[in-house]
Amino acid sequence: MNSHASALGNDVRARNHPAWWAFLVHRLSGIALAIFLPLHFFALGQALEGAAKLEVFLRWTDQPLFHFGVWGLVVLLAAHLAGGLRLLALEFLPWREWHKTLAAIAAGFTLAAGIAIALAL
Amino acid sequence: MSGNLSVRVWRGRADGAFQSFEVPRYASQSVLDVVTHIQRKLDATLAYRYACRVGMCGSCAMTVNGVARWTCRTHVDKVAADGRLEIAPLHHLPVIRDLVADMREFFDKWARARGSFRGTKTRHDGFAAVSPASRKRRAIEAGIECIGCGVCYSACDTVAWNPDYLGPAALQRAWTLVNDVRDTANPERLRAVAGDGGCGACHTHLSCTERCPKQLSPTAGIAGLKRAVTMAALRGTL
Ligand code: SF4
Ligand code: SF4
Ligand code: FES
Repeated sequence: MNSHASALGNDVRARNHPAWWAFLVHRLSGIALAIFLPLHFFALGQALEGAAKLEVFLRWTDQPLFHFGVWGLVVLLAAHLAGGLRLLALEFLPWREWHKTLAAIAAGFTLAAGIAIALAL
Repeated sequence: MSGNLSVRVWRGRADGAFQSFEVPRYASQSVLDVVTHIQRKLDATLAYRYACRVGMCGSCAMTVNGVARWTCRTHVDKVAADGRLEIAPLHHLPVIRDLVADMREFFDKWARARGSFRGTKTRHDGFAAVSPASRKRRAIEAGIECIGCGVCYSACDTVAWNPDYLGPAALQRAWTLVNDVRDTANPERLRAVAGDGGCGACHTHLSCTERCPKQLSPTAGIAGLKRAVTMAALRGTL
């Protein structure tokens, strides 16, 4: 941080625009994935050790909470992927006035993925 | 237009506080008009800065209701629909007093980004022929109208998170010179903007682009620098 008083720092009023929200979603989904993906694989690995455990595991995966967790992970992945593609398009394609469109497309993609997975589960 | 505006104005240095004033409201009133009214009619000790009043000099930028703006061309109607204004100095710069921010580090960073032109020709040489339609000249065109107001620097969170960050305006300036075919400082300039505080530190929040009163997009220039630095690194010329 700078040495200046925090009373004079940027708050939500300064940050309230689409690209900043897109940045926040990208950052938070990245952090959440870094935490939950290893947990997810750890749980899978544990459950797949031995057939008896597999039984338990399969019963466990029938629970709504598990479905919700899977749905959440897929939505996080979709949001992070869309956000990453948005940044690549913005920074590596010729510059144009489309960053709000890109943010909207990324949000739309995440929403569509969320609905599709919710219907499939 | 009638009635009063409730205005809170930052007083003192960084550890100061807001002071409240009531200011009569007029049609077509700018935020700078409000500050000037306070200084002329209510409290002559208020310190602030402006010069041109018409959006050219870049000296009147302040934080208005939490958002960095040029105050001479910001209408009260646009930012204070409910009749309330909160006016503070620009963020991310030391406060000299009241609404006056110390711009030194902002401009020092232009120098660190090699923001000045270095040519080889003298007055005895002819003009350089640069086609206005060329890709490089158009890249310069997109960033050259900067008035050095510091709004982007104040809007950029990366500046607060990384004190070495050169910031949007300095990097955009460097980008216009990277595209200047007459300039001879370019291998050095790319090195100057490639380090820790350089273009790679930009998080592409686009707050600078969102807030620039000249509707420039420093983010576009920074993205250009990122590509140029990457290419130079791949070629081994960095
Ligand atoms: S795009 Fe880069 S320079 Fe502009 S506000 Fe964001 S981090 Fe700062
Ligand atoms: S880029 Fe825009 S906001 Fe930044 S200093 Fe220049 S004119 Fe001001
Ligand atoms: S007073 Fe010159 S830009 Fe506002």
